[in-house]
Amino acid sequence: MSLAYYPGCTLKTRARNLEEPAVASMEALGLHLDEVPRWNCCGAVYSLADDDLIHQVAPVRNLIRVKKQGKTELVTLCAFCLNTLKRANLLMKENVEKRDTLNDFIDEGIDYSGEVKVVHLLEVLRDDIGWDALSQKVKLPLRGLKAAPYYGCTLLRPREVAIDNVETPTVLGDFLKALGASPVDFPESTRCCGSYQVVNSPDDIAEYARPILNSALTHGAEALVLTCPLCDYNLARGQKELINKGSGFREVPLFYFTQLLALALGLDPQVCHFELNHGSPESLLREKDLLSQSRSVQSIGG
Amino acid sequence: MSAKQTKKKSATAVKHRARKPAATAVKEKSQIAAKLIPIYIMGKRYEVPEGLTIMKAMEYAGYILIRGCGCRGGTCGACGSVYRKPGDYKLQVALACQKTVEPDMYIAQIPFFPANRATYDFAGLTAAPEEVFKLYPEMFRCVACNSCTKACPQGIEVMDAISALKQGNITVAAQLSFDCIQCGLCTSRCFGELAQYHMLQLARRIYAARIVPRAEHLAEMVKAVDEGKYDRFLDGLKRAKDDELKKLYQEREVEPMAAGEDWKPKDTRYL
Repeated sequence: MSLAYYPGCTLKTRARNLEEPAVASMEALGLHLDEVPRWNCCGAVYSLADDDLIHQVAPVRNLIRVKKQGKTELVTLCAFCLNTLKRANLLMKENVEKRDTLNDFIDEGIDYSGEVKVVHLLEVLRDDIGWDALSQKVKLPLRGLKAAPYYGCTLLRPREVAIDNVETPTVLGDFLKALGASPVDFPESTRCCGSYQVVNSPDDIAEYARPILNSALTHGAEALVLTCPLCDYNLARGQKELINKGSGFREVPLFYFTQLLALALGLDPQVCHFELNHGSPESLLREKDLLSQSRSVQSIGG
Repeated sequence: MSAKQTKKKSATAVKHRARKPAATAVKEKSQIAAKLIPIYIMGKRYEVPEGLTIMKAMEYAGYILIRGCGCRGGTCGACGSVYRKPGDYKLQVALACQKTVEPDMYIAQIPFFPANRATYDFAGLTAAPEEVFKLYPEMFRCVACNSCTKACPQGIEVMDAISALKQGNITVAAQLSFDCIQCGLCTSRCFGELAQYHMLQLARRIYAARIVPRAEHLAEMVKAVDEGKYDRFLDGLKRAKDDELKKLYQEREVEPMAAGEDWKPKDTRYL
């Protein structure tokens, strides 16, 4: 079975460590992620201005291309792309006047009115595959890995596009449990990482990261699990600055959820591209004996 | 164009001849077989013979083109033009040297459009997409409106090529934009003020120099030439008398048009 899949620009450059383990893992689970033909940028940020329809063109054009692909559901990996595409989809569904203007302008030959369902890969794992079925596919359970699920904003806010309960989300924690890891709940798991605010105020990046990292660490986390390349960028830069300031922080590895999925499914760790990660995740994995390669070497040797 | 004309430093791209074109057209009407059709050049009506290209029609109407015309063969990109037909809101694009006039066309040439072109030392550039992003950060202002694609007289999917570039895929950007002739019409229509044709030219340069595999047989051939494999043959030709050279030329063996991959000449001394 194949699913229409929207990667997003960052996943093709800086965040290949988010995409490649996902594609390989889904293949291992029997689902082919079929890239939307001729996809373009999702728009990056959903425009909140009332009359700024031009910034809806990019996400809506992608949704039209999904419809042209003959698919009714679109899977995303990047939390920001999910948010932008889902909100633009909602606009096309609910606002007839703006929908007509956009359809007139976009000139793709077919009209669109929000008929594609935009979902996140975590929803596919939860709703289509199911946690029990997923845990049965796990070959190398991530035993002993204390990982804090960090949601950030865009998976959960605003409420109408949330993939889980806005106040007390569990999807990432349930996912980690299915992989055999020990999720660490912490109160700042939905606190904003600073998002694009840090572009205008780069000095604030450490102060955005501080409460999130502090909270996760004091609750016993050894690593944070993310879904968004912007969260990754901000938390990585933030902790680097905190360490440089001599605030007594030690480096916390940041994982994408898809990397842990690939590891647990027993795929070659090379597909995870750990070289693109921050906070030396491989040494933590080696410490926990969770790198499948070193494991298999051990079992052969033992 | 005469040398005298090119030396005139005129601020305007198009100049008007002293003689009255409308009067000329009327006078010549009886002498030419072609039917005259009305067109509008920068808003002014002219009657020109049907079948002319936009460029020829402008010249027929009395314009002397000292800019906005180059190869006249559809490859140099100097004569990008826009036009509209009455009753149609769609803006059409064409190369003035390629498109034949149609009745009631409203035409304007856009021979030049100011566009940001980054300065770079190509020798120091790698194939890393981040280097292109740094040179052209405005790339990320693209809102996927697709106006660039609609404005391309070469039928290039310009927006898709820019999307590929944003995704770090220099190969696809280069391949999609291969037919670009740098006319700049994409840039003239861009909502995000991108100079797509400069960005994509950089992509093609990087693709050609850093991504496409080198042709190994070419390097071998260059080495053989350097090592003097053909020197004695060339020396022989240099020493040959005119008549002898003519005879060699006339009797040379030519590869047949439909020759297959394994075709070889009868005389294999030079292989």
